[in-house]
Amino acid sequence: MRIVLEKRDDTSAFAAVLSPVIAVLLTLVAGAIMFALMGKDPLAALSTYFLSPLQDWGSIQEIFVAATPIVLIAVGLSLCYLSNNWNIGAEGQLVMGAIFGGFVAIVTHGVPNGPWVFPVMLLAGMLGGALFGLVPAVLKTRFGANEILTSLMLVYVAELLLDWLVRGPWRDPHGFNFPQSVMFEPEALALRLVETGRLHVGALLMLVVVIAGAVVMGRTLKGFEVRLVGEAPRAARFAGFDDKRLTLTVFALSGALAGIAGVLVVSAQIGQLQPTISPGYGFTAIIVAFLGRLNPIGCLVAGLFLALTFIGGENAQIFLRLPLDVTRVFQGFLLFFVLACDTLMLYRIRIEREAAA
Amino acid sequence: MADVPLIEARAVVKRFGSLIANDHVDLDVAAGEIHALLGENGAGKSTLVKMLYGLMQPNEGTIAWRGKPVTLANPRAARALGIGMVFQHFSLFENLTVAENIALALDAAPSHERIEQVSRAYGLPLEPRRPVWALSVGERQRVEIIRCLLQDPKLLILDEPTSVLTPQEAEGLFATLETLKMEGRSVLYISHKLEEVKRLCDRATILRHGKRIATCDPKRESAASMARMMVGDDVAAVRLVEHDASGPVRLALVDADHMPDDPHGTSLKSVSLEVRAGEILGIAGVAGNGQDELFAVLSGERLCDRAENVVIDGVPVGRETINARRKRGTAFVPEERLGHAAAPRFRLSVNALVSGHATNGFVRRGFIDRAKALDWVDRVTKRFDVRKGARDPEAKALSGGNLQKFVVGREILRNPSILVVAQPTWGVDAGAATLIRQALVDLARRGSAVLVISQDLDELLEISDRIAVMYHGTMSMPQPVRGLSRETIGLMMAGARLGAAA
Repeated sequence: MRIVLEKRDDTSAFAAVLSPVIAVLLTLVAGAIMFALMGKDPLAALSTYFLSPLQDWGSIQEIFVAATPIVLIAVGLSLCYLSNNWNIGAEGQLVMGAIFGGFVAIVTHGVPNGPWVFPVMLLAGMLGGALFGLVPAVLKTRFGANEILTSLMLVYVAELLLDWLVRGPWRDPHGFNFPQSVMFEPEALALRLVETGRLHVGALLMLVVVIAGAVVMGRTLKGFEVRLVGEAPRAARFAGFDDKRLTLTVFALSGALAGIAGVLVVSAQIGQLQPTISPGYGFTAIIVAFLGRLNPIGCLVAGLFLALTFIGGENAQIFLRLPLDVTRVFQGFLLFFVLACDTLMLYRIRIEREAAA
Repeated sequence: MADVPLIEARAVVKRFGSLIANDHVDLDVAAGEIHALLGENGAGKSTLVKMLYGLMQPNEGTIAWRGKPVTLANPRAARALGIGMVFQHFSLFENLTVAENIALALDAAPSHERIEQVSRAYGLPLEPRRPVWALSVGERQRVEIIRCLLQDPKLLILDEPTSVLTPQEAEGLFATLETLKMEGRSVLYISHKLEEVKRLCDRATILRHGKRIATCDPKRESAASMARMMVGDDVAAVRLVEHDASGPVRLALVDADHMPDDPHGTSLKSVSLEVRAGEILGIAGVAGNGQDELFAVLSGERLCDRAENVVIDGVPVGRETINARRKRGTAFVPEERLGHAAAPRFRLSVNALVSGHATNGFVRRGFIDRAKALDWVDRVTKRFDVRKGARDPEAKALSGGNLQKFVVGREILRNPSILVVAQPTWGVDAGAATLIRQALVDLARRGSAVLVISQDLDELLEISDRIAVMYHGTMSMPQPVRGLSRETIGLMMAGARLGAAA
């Protein structure tokens, strides 16, 4: 007997929307079982995770703050994945963006500056993320190196570079030897949108990127090029599209978006450079991109949901004394079920018995 | 033949969703008989033999082997009974040797001596140590056949075996099949080439739209009468009119050399050709002799070393992209419908963009004008009789013939001054093939230069003004079609040089 995956002839649009919903429900069930095994009340735990963050305005703001870098990155990754470019290194591109943007904040520290500092930080972060994203793209197009491996490995390069900088040349001279940079000046911080709370201008930037991404992917020749290269590479060549140039473009673009995310994390959430700046936004964005069907609007919805689990996870740490790793396990469940549901949506399982010959 | 048939299908039904691929089909093959299975593409031939070989299960009806009902759950069960099959598309590993490929399919690996002995005995000589990538298509088919014969089959099923062979190679295969028949083995022979069926086969079963139309003695039928049974009514012939094919040269290839990216591809060696306004130039040749590479350098999917290698209307364009060449009035139709000419999971209106985004005004300032693209689909549909279930379905939802009408029509509707088309009617039913050939002929009569790359000799003889042959990456001198025989082209396809003879 053997199990065969058979491609389905036809997949309805309804199933494509239903599949992530089923995945979320299965994640909740698996999570409840996990909490029960850990000796916690499953319902209380789930409500801490998924409902408690929605009960006050401050927490809701926090959801948007956490969703902003995730969604920005996920939109860029969607372009990569749609065109068959497997950029797994957004976390590194985020860190490199934070380093470039942080550099601007540090050199303008204590000297006369102005409101131009934050926009320049964003531009520097875009540049840093884009250049770092281009490394695996060039390795792929010039030497045929597998971009999954190279982009993933470069995450460690960026993280260790940041670690060295904040322990060495960029360490705050008045920081009691803590491995961190100076606190950014107000000009280097992201503009707040509300009096109380941390909602900042990055949320608006996220919405602009989502809308721009949806328009580009749905309406423009460039969006058609991205999808055609991923769907049928030979047809893309027949259409006169240069797949190597597109690989460079989407890596640079997704790197730039990750770079912006990095600047926003350090200037809106932390206010300085530290050895570790991201709780894995660049990896979470991979889940979000797939959960959102590689569609910018979908990424927004999925990103807000994942941000909810981040905030809920913090609450669970405080109120239930659950380790942060549980949040990671949750996200792992979610990715697993999304991919499983997608597989079953596209394929059917057939069990084949060996016949007596 | 009063004996019990070797294999018999009784009223088998196979459904795929709402489509009935086989509708109560009967077929019997006697021992020692060469039996033809005839029908157009989509008539249900492949479905029927896949059930006989255990690849699919019938929904209704029975299959009997020597009078006893059997269940063929998988090909292994079919092979155990003594059924062997050679597919149209080979299942060989290019980087393995002949002997290794044979050993992979069998339970016990035969010795090199045994392979050589069997292959010689059946007139299909093979060198067991050669890697498959170095073999011609005809030799690869031999590997498949020998692999079956080593299992001592009682019934050998061949799916369109001569479609990849030169006429001379086909003769060799026919001799082998006669030998098998003398040994008392049976052959089920799928084809749509009526002349060879008449010569070779004892009986023929004809399918149309999933139903068995008749079982006849092909030697007593005419090719036309069998064609009528296959198609249902008389096939319209392509209308040819007297015309002038001596206009100015519109498309030329000059001493083009090309190394393919694919290590198993064929290099072009100093290939030259000229296509004149009003003319159809046919390029014949067995698959894999450089046709793919020829298409790639003509279209600009691969750039040439020098601009002078490709000339369009007197302008050197060898370094121009495919879209720059399209803007000069050239259009291209590649061989593969799905994956090359069209993206399978995109709608037709999106697939209209694949070749038309640079030339047809579908894109303004980077934005796609969907209404315009959809309107183009409607016009192609109307002009080329594309039959589809919805106004704008995904490309993969169309049948092969209808998608081919779409991808050819998409280009011809632009009225290109130069058209390069590869395998215009490959795997297309007779009605669609006639429509496409007529459209090519009409385009040339309006003064365009048309280059047709095809493995279908009958097609080239029907519509071309001149024919050249590709062999191992070289191009022969084109010969006027008048006075050119199949045998001459066959010799050229096998590598013979035609110098002063012409």
